[in-house]
Amino acid sequence: MKAKIIITPKKAVLDPQGKTVQNALDHMGYKGVGAVHVGKYLEIELSGGDQALWKKQIDDACHKFLSNPVIEDYRFEIEP
Amino acid sequence: MNFAVLQFPGSNCEQDCVHVLKHLLHQKADIVWHKENDLGDADCVVVPGGFAHGDYLRTGAVARFSPIMHAVQRFAAEGGLVIGICNGFQILCEAQLLPGALIRNRSLQYRCEQVFLKTVNHHSPFTCSTPHEKILKIPIGHGEGCYFADAATLKQLEEHRQILWQYVDSTGQATDEANPNGSVHNIAGICNAKRNVAGLMPHPDRSSEEVLGSADGLFIFQSIVAHFEKTNEVHL
Repeated sequence: MKAKIIITPKKAVLDPQGKTVQNALDHMGYKGVGAVHVGKYLEIELSGGDQALWKKQIDDACHKFLSNPVIEDYRFEIEP
Repeated sequence: MNFAVLQFPGSNCEQDCVHVLKHLLHQKADIVWHKENDLGDADCVVVPGGFAHGDYLRTGAVARFSPIMHAVQRFAAEGGLVIGICNGFQILCEAQLLPGALIRNRSLQYRCEQVFLKTVNHHSPFTCSTPHEKILKIPIGHGEGCYFADAATLKQLEEHRQILWQYVDSTGQATDEANPNGSVHNIAGICNAKRNVAGLMPHPDRSSEEVLGSADGLFIFQSIVAHFEKTNEVHL
């Protein structure tokens, strides 16, 4: 199994990277580009255990360590 | 007074802190490796600057789970004095010993320059010996020093007077131009509600001797020693 995790900055948090990428896209001629949010993508290989248990454990790890709830949101899926 | 200066893989300011504490303030200061489990007879813990664990994932995110941090959590909970400088501030926020978080500078640049600081609250172990009205000249060196906290946390910081230092211009005004990283309310450093844990992005360890361009950082270390001596007198 594999966990695929996406971590993004919270909407209320200043995201200068996203803003810079948005401006660059605009300058390159991609008109109509709205807000860009630059985050992180993690893939974690999992061995043993069942999907429901991993879901609980990955959620715990995301909350405690992989993301910082003060500034980031996360979402993930467990791929069989 | 005994200081424990933590050392993580990637710390690079622990020797600067030890130098200031030992040679300028004549206190005892020992380096404590992150894999240790106890702080010995420390009266104050210094979490120094650097790039602990390579700043991987997020600054301070891995360091907060180093074995020594369990001891620091206990030490802080019992009222022990803890100060985090630069990466140390980031680690203390990740460890939830201080509220909020430090994110990428507004400019996206690594900023390495002298800044001016106003001491907002002199009633703390970290600021008590700083002369009133004194504007401190202290350098910064960071890419992720933009202090962020949500509105409720900011309200709490203000109500409990936990903002200790603000970025200002040379005349003491907290202007947007004087803010090197985009920190909310120009916040350069804060303490917890109990006022025994503090963190700041600027480096007092790099500005405690005139030969380095400023000795203003020494006021912060002197405050800690003065507070400790005063508290101990009362206990005797």
